[in-house]
Amino acid sequence: MPMTPTSNSSDREVVLEVKHLYKSFGDNHVLKDFNIDLYRGENLVVLGKSGSGKSVLIKCIIGLLHPEQGEIRVLGKNVIGLDKEQLDRMRTRVGFLFQSNALYDSMTVRENLEFPLRRHGRDKSHSEVNDLVMESLVNVGLPHAVDLMPSELSGGMRKRIALARTMILKPEIMLYDEPTTGLDPITSKEINDLILKVQEIYKTSSIIISHDMGCVKYTANRVALLVEGRCFAAGSYEDLQAHTDPAVKGFFQ
Amino acid sequence: MKLPLGTQRTLAEIGDISRFTWRFFQEWGKPRFEVQEFFRQCYMIGNRSLGLVAITGFILGLVMTIQSRPTMAQFGAEDWIPAMVAISIIREIGPVVIALICAGKIGSGIGAELGSMKVTEQIDAMEVSGTNPFKYLVVTRVWATTLMVPILVIFADFISLYGSYLAVNMRGVTSLALFTQQVVDSLVFSDVLPAFIKTFFFGFAIGIIGCYKGYTSSKGTEGVGLAANSAVVVASLMVFIIDLLAVQITDLLGLT
Repeated sequence: MPMTPTSNSSDREVVLEVKHLYKSFGDNHVLKDFNIDLYRGENLVVLGKSGSGKSVLIKCIIGLLHPEQGEIRVLGKNVIGLDKEQLDRMRTRVGFLFQSNALYDSMTVRENLEFPLRRHGRDKSHSEVNDLVMESLVNVGLPHAVDLMPSELSGGMRKRIALARTMILKPEIMLYDEPTTGLDPITSKEINDLILKVQEIYKTSSIIISHDMGCVKYTANRVALLVEGRCFAAGSYEDLQAHTDPAVKGFFQ
Repeated sequence: MKLPLGTQRTLAEIGDISRFTWRFFQEWGKPRFEVQEFFRQCYMIGNRSLGLVAITGFILGLVMTIQSRPTMAQFGAEDWIPAMVAISIIREIGPVVIALICAGKIGSGIGAELGSMKVTEQIDAMEVSGTNPFKYLVVTRVWATTLMVPILVIFADFISLYGSYLAVNMRGVTSLALFTQQVVDSLVFSDVLPAFIKTFFFGFAIGIIGCYKGYTSSKGTEGVGLAANSAVVVASLMVFIIDLLAVQITDLLGLT
């Protein structure tokens, strides 16, 4: 029986709400009446099988995909009704860490980090930009990589740099698309630590898409299980671990 | 009546390229202007093709002169070789051959680069960082190819004529001043201008096709290869189609 993810959290500030979201690709109905709330300061992990629509969900939230029906309110504004300019403004407050990192291959690490600043912080001086770049790199533990090209970085370093680039505008909400996929356990642990560090330093509210149970257990304040396009169950990691439904138990065994 | 599948696909592709081109014209005049990226692309496209274009042009001039010499000699018209080579290269062979070289080098490069950016979500990353990726990636590259291909063609024409000068001197002695004089005397305004104008269209076609193929490539590494490959094929075809149209228009205007 699906649980309502907001049932016992009415006293907390909602920064992002998804209501009755439908998204399909041809005959493939990926999201069907999906509902979820994200509260200020929490890490919400959306858990689900591969191809269940987890990435589609956060791409709808950031406006890269357009749902057929439903409402996505980010910091009080409905994303679906926003024009390009409003959407760009909203995106400065929402960070997105891509599964593939999406670092710009033709740019150095510094240029990668400066790229969003050049777009949104045009009033900043050269030294301010440099300070922000270095601050971001220090926070991910890679200040020495500033002049390297993405091709010179390891998988874990690329992930950290991508996170630094995303955090440079100090977004209020973070969307992580499978942050530990393809990484070894030690690097995964480092990325999980960084996710918690970001939450602590920048006071971000985050949706983390994952099917890596280590990442789920380590980073989640709350877990939502996406099954057949719906939020099948939501609660703390322990709540879901104790769930008796086979669809939920399968993830925790 | 239902059209064959291949025809349907071709027509659909023509429609998509037309829409893509229309989008280019809609977007290019809107701020923000990506001036820095435009100059970077000009440098990348122009500078990196310079060597290839120079070698091609040089060989072109050299070979044309050597090959035409026996025929010209039969008519006792060896003195006309500089004029003949100059007209052939400047009017037709130079622009078309260099445009084909550019379609291979620049078109495939743009197709592969944008295709790989699509596959690795770099285009999405640009969009979520509040940048219009079409303006940043497509508009700058199309403008850069439109301006750089004519410059490369002019450069190649000069190198080609120098190659011809060296070939002329293999079997005789002609001073550079005399060779230049013969070339300049043989050329008229209607030889140079239409050939120059059509190179802008060649550059535009190479840019727009390369960008279209890369920007719309399907996901996966296979898509990147296909984007690069089909960018070359379609851009080369477009060069010939534009050349055909240019010749017809020049003919209609009485500039032949």
